[in-house]
Amino acid sequence: MSRTTLRIACGQGFWGDRLDAPVEQVRRGPIDVLMLDYLAEVTMSILQKQKSRDPSQGYARDFVPLLQEIFPDVVAKGIRVISNAGGVNVAGCRDGLIEAARAAGVSGRARIGTVTGDDILERLPDLIAAGHELANMDDGRPLSEVLDLVESANAYIGAVPIVAALERRATVIVTGRSTDTALTYAPMIHAFGWAWDDWDRIAHGIVAGHVNECGAQASGGNCLVDWESIPDLADVGYPIVEATADGPFVLTKHSGTGGRISPAIVKEQILYEMGNPAEYITPDGIADFTSIRLEADGENRVRVHGVRGRPRTDMLKVSIAYRAGFKAVGTLVYAWPDAVAKAQRADAVLRERLERLGLAFGEIRTEYVGWNATHGPLAGPPPADLPEVELRVAVKSEDRARVERFTREIAPLILSGPPSVTGFAGGRPRVQDIVAYWPALIDRAAIEPGLEVDVVEA
Amino acid sequence: MAARIQLRRLAHARSGDKGDTANVGVIAYSRAAYDFLVRELTAERVAAHFAGTIEGPVERFELDNLDALNFLLHGALGGGGTVSLMTDAQGKVYSTALLRVELDVPEDVLASLPERAGPPEGT
Repeated sequence: MSRTTLRIACGQGFWGDRLDAPVEQVRRGPIDVLMLDYLAEVTMSILQKQKSRDPSQGYARDFVPLLQEIFPDVVAKGIRVISNAGGVNVAGCRDGLIEAARAAGVSGRARIGTVTGDDILERLPDLIAAGHELANMDDGRPLSEVLDLVESANAYIGAVPIVAALERRATVIVTGRSTDTALTYAPMIHAFGWAWDDWDRIAHGIVAGHVNECGAQASGGNCLVDWESIPDLADVGYPIVEATADGPFVLTKHSGTGGRISPAIVKEQILYEMGNPAEYITPDGIADFTSIRLEADGENRVRVHGVRGRPRTDMLKVSIAYRAGFKAVGTLVYAWPDAVAKAQRADAVLRERLERLGLAFGEIRTEYVGWNATHGPLAGPPPADLPEVELRVAVKSEDRARVERFTREIAPLILSGPPSVTGFAGGRPRVQDIVAYWPALIDRAAIEPGLEVDVVEA
Repeated sequence: MAARIQLRRLAHARSGDKGDTANVGVIAYSRAAYDFLVRELTAERVAAHFAGTIEGPVERFELDNLDALNFLLHGALGGGGTVSLMTDAQGKVYSTALLRVELDVPEDVLASLPERAGPPEGT
């Protein structure tokens, strides 16, 4: 390919992000690629559960009506859409998109690419039998310990199948558990024809992907630095990577939108969810974030360059979710005077009740929202004369019945506990399933031969 | 002469999670502030700040290129993700708790700060 620049816009930082952000990205200025990240660590297990109840579900449902809305723009402007919205039912998502293309009047003018093979839930027993221990990266336990409780298991796959779908002229590409960053750097590799061992250029793409994947967090949202002066967050412009064939890129946003892109803000996003900055590992290479150079390049433009990369490893990360018991959170609000003292007394009454009922829990945690819920002991003693405080008590147990019984001990505190209490209109707390996350590694040779790329006309 | 001030006057920060580990990225407002933080805001100093709050060790990484430090606070999130019973189960605001750290900051470092960092508090 002979392109020299490529504009890759982020339309979604997580499933639940601003619904019209991708529409704005498509309509308010020029872009070449729209990427949308829908998957967080536990999203796959939620999708797996939806699929087990209804086999037509299991993907990010918002994606289909979104495409129905933007299909005419996407087709007219030649924009490529790349998303991991497929979750655990990529084919179901594709079928929805074909319907959406018809409804949008673009039938015959759009091509839907799908990438599958990341979902290894059904393969787990065979993989373990073949010697893949899938040990927990945090504590080393072998997966066999919780195999019966596993709800979902997906390998984080890289850019190779996305690039293959782009080569086959897919308009929209839907994947399962693609690595978030690959949604941004795969179209760079494709457009610029980068070699798969061009580690420094790929490392630039990885940094671009990391900065791009959390939506407005790179363009003024949730930014601490100078937050009071960041303009018009109600119309915040989501980030756009202006990539170049040599690797260096500019992070920017559409003109006329709110928010801000500055070196300080980009630095904040670079450090978000950072481990060892010298080795940011993806399926397609390792980026050294300590080599990043960046500076302002005009208003709302930050130029990033100098990134060094290293070869990819032989392993892929695997995201496994398993059932780990139940929890519930009860809250009540106590008013001035002596709000904290009343809430503390209520907590003591509640705990004594639970003890009298013989209910032991794996953990009981009490927080006072308005005083110490976020800073714990660092919050110091409660401020004198606090106008109000929310008592928040959470429990967990492997025994659902115990957690259920706990949820019936909150409301009685209204009439039988300390005074000046309110804020219970929401009713009894809900018992929630705990779905725990099990990170593991697997030999890429066990995954990559099973990846499938398919492109169909919509 | 040195003034005892909170880290928030010297740096901004953002935090996130990886399982039961919270990360806090600390970005200095000036090069002089970064050099000072490299010396003073050690992993040990941060571990002492969070004593009784986090269960595991603290690791520190330097990003000399961004005037930034990255701290990993292990065992900080009550199990992390959906396992945690904490309000801040994903460590989203751990950054602000770290910005409470008080440091004895020399005058030349204070003088290096841009105006937006605000006037130093206390003496």
